[in-house]
Amino acid sequence: MAFCIRLECGIQELNMNNLVYLVPLLPLAGFLINGLGRNYLSKGLVSLIGCGTIAASFVISLVLFFEVKTGHNTLATAFTFIPAQHLKIPFSFLIDPLSSLFLLIITGVGFLIHLYSTSYMHDEAPPHFARYFAYLNLFVFSMLLLVMGSNFIIMFIGWEGVGLCSYLLIGYWFKNTEYTNAAKKAFVMNRIGDLGFLLAIFWMVQQFGSTGFAEVFGKAGALASNDRVLVGITMLLFIGATGKSAQIPLYTWLPDAMAGPTPVSALIHAATMVTAGIYMIARSNLLYTLAPTTQGVVAVIGLATAIFAASIALKQNDIKKVLAYSTVSQLGYMFLGLGVGAYTGAVFHVMTHAFFKALLFLGAGSVIHAMHHEQDIRKMGGLSKYLPITHITFLLGCLAIAGIPPFSGFFSKDEILNAAYEKNPVLYYIGLGGALMTAFYMFRLYAMTFRGKFRGTHDREHHLHESPAPMTTPLIILAILAAVGGFLGVPEIFAKNAHWLEHFLAPVFVASTERVKHEPLAHSTEWTLLGVSVILILGIIIFAWNKFSRYVETGKEETGFGKILANKWYVDEFYDAIINRPLRGFSLFLNNVVEKSAIDGIVNGVGKVVNYGSRQLRLLQSGQVGSYILLMVIATVVFFIIQLFMK
Amino acid sequence: MPINYYIFLATALFCIGVVGVLTRRNAIIIFMCVELMLNAVNLLLIAFSKMHHLAALSYDAKTTVGTEAQLFVFFIMVVAAAEVSVGLAIIVMMYRNIHSVDVNFLNRLKH
Repeated sequence: MAFCIRLECGIQELNMNNLVYLVPLLPLAGFLINGLGRNYLSKGLVSLIGCGTIAASFVISLVLFFEVKTGHNTLATAFTFIPAQHLKIPFSFLIDPLSSLFLLIITGVGFLIHLYSTSYMHDEAPPHFARYFAYLNLFVFSMLLLVMGSNFIIMFIGWEGVGLCSYLLIGYWFKNTEYTNAAKKAFVMNRIGDLGFLLAIFWMVQQFGSTGFAEVFGKAGALASNDRVLVGITMLLFIGATGKSAQIPLYTWLPDAMAGPTPVSALIHAATMVTAGIYMIARSNLLYTLAPTTQGVVAVIGLATAIFAASIALKQNDIKKVLAYSTVSQLGYMFLGLGVGAYTGAVFHVMTHAFFKALLFLGAGSVIHAMHHEQDIRKMGGLSKYLPITHITFLLGCLAIAGIPPFSGFFSKDEILNAAYEKNPVLYYIGLGGALMTAFYMFRLYAMTFRGKFRGTHDREHHLHESPAPMTTPLIILAILAAVGGFLGVPEIFAKNAHWLEHFLAPVFVASTERVKHEPLAHSTEWTLLGVSVILILGIIIFAWNKFSRYVETGKEETGFGKILANKWYVDEFYDAIINRPLRGFSLFLNNVVEKSAIDGIVNGVGKVVNYGSRQLRLLQSGQVGSYILLMVIATVVFFIIQLFMK
Repeated sequence: MPINYYIFLATALFCIGVVGVLTRRNAIIIFMCVELMLNAVNLLLIAFSKMHHLAALSYDAKTTVGTEAQLFVFFIMVVAAAEVSVGLAIIVMMYRNIHSVDVNFLNRLKH
């Protein structure tokens, strides 16, 4: 009997391991089939393979999730990836609460976006359609590697993979030079951050002799708080995160990345890839808890990014640009959460943000689809009549991101801001300012798009239509999730022990929460903060709604401060002036001066000297036997004399 | 006789030969000068050989050490004779073709 049970357990464990491998392998298979067969497969088959593999991954992720929920983590080692004497890096996957939650977000939201893409990209030629789905599947594969890896090396492989896919998908319409430039910009910016991550890994190997999460955190736990090494490693990791998650100073690639197809923006540049930095810091939460200096930097950078990007979003007129800056801003909030030690809050916000921002992007895609690729909100207006489903779902997304109870954004943002208040009320006030700006620009966007009168051409108005079912279904599902997703993390003040997510993630953050004792805010304070913020946000929403529903195109240029915001604080110009131009000037100097005069001079000079010398030596070969003999005699005499003097 | 005399004589002969080769244009005279240089060398070989042999005799009355060089002299004379026969043949051919034995006349070969 006992034997039977053991056998059963063994089989189950084996199955679990195999299932774990299947999660990333299925999208990889989808990538290979779609990528290699892009010239032969029909669009229907490509869609089926692309969506089917992700759907299967999602189902397996659900199974894994319920397994994890019983408190049973899975560590599946495939093989030893790098065996180097004392350093052994296994190719292994870790399924614990944090990674299983990310698995669900990636495969779940990923599946909806794949489904949406089948319709959104339908105008593409079959080979390009297949290429798109191949890239998308490869992206999901890389992202799964990133969150499933049980050590920093596997995470880094996924980290690079998602960067590559991001590059490929931003430049998907590669015939447009502007788009390929945006792709290159994203890639280069990411590489700057990746270097930080890589250096952090090297340092870890040197310091801890391992890159496995368990070993590194175990050994780091023995170090003193704010140890020089820990601060260094966490700072380098954070540099990696600023690149991938678009934080100051490396955020400028994300708004440009909107050059890619809209579903790509929803999947990569809103819901999943850009949250990789948050995942990485949440994963290494112990390191950050032990390095309060870095935590302070993370909080300040996060908050600065949050309000900086929000201020830019106030004046943007491209529907996707507004959402892009909003994403940068929301990522800033997540980093603020990580910086003040609210790891659960940050992960919670990742989840709710994945819902509502994917929803908003897909909604924007639906609008762009209806408007025949017009993205300027000044030429929209009154679309609620023509796109009823998109309108309702978009409104829900806006309410969620603005933080109106009981929608999801309210709970997650509130958790982060409360944690910020505990740390330092100043952080809270600035963060609240950012939240008010968020409410303002989101409802400016909403009102200018869906309210008022249509401002486009008559011809375009005639063609307005609601998107087909494969596009509206993901919108509806995401809208439901964005509306109710917040109930996974209901704060203490509403109901005792209702914060399901905190209990679920507790094992991951236990080492940090044990070390930092924090005094929860008094309930009265919390109620006050909550009430004030909700009233302020509501006020802003009503103001923006009224103001921009009556928006009339004036054609006036922005002036003063508005102009600075509309031009994104001239950050791109600033980078151009301090980095690009000096670099280009230096290269030109090297090319025109150093290359031409020094290097070419040396090379040509050698040739010239040999040429001239041989032309002169040639004259000695006169053909006169007498002169040869004379030279010979002279030479002999010279050697003779030399020999005399040498002795 | 001291060895110095032989050396001076040989050197003088050799220099006359060199100068002759360098300055004269008549192929036959150049040839004679070459022979002069060869013979200067022969003279030196004999002189040194004799000196060497005498020095060795003072240690051992029956030794043949130092006589080898005299063999070389014969070799040189044989080689010189062979060389002369070839050289004179060339000069005869030269005279037949250009009716002159002036070596400067032959530098046309270089063109």
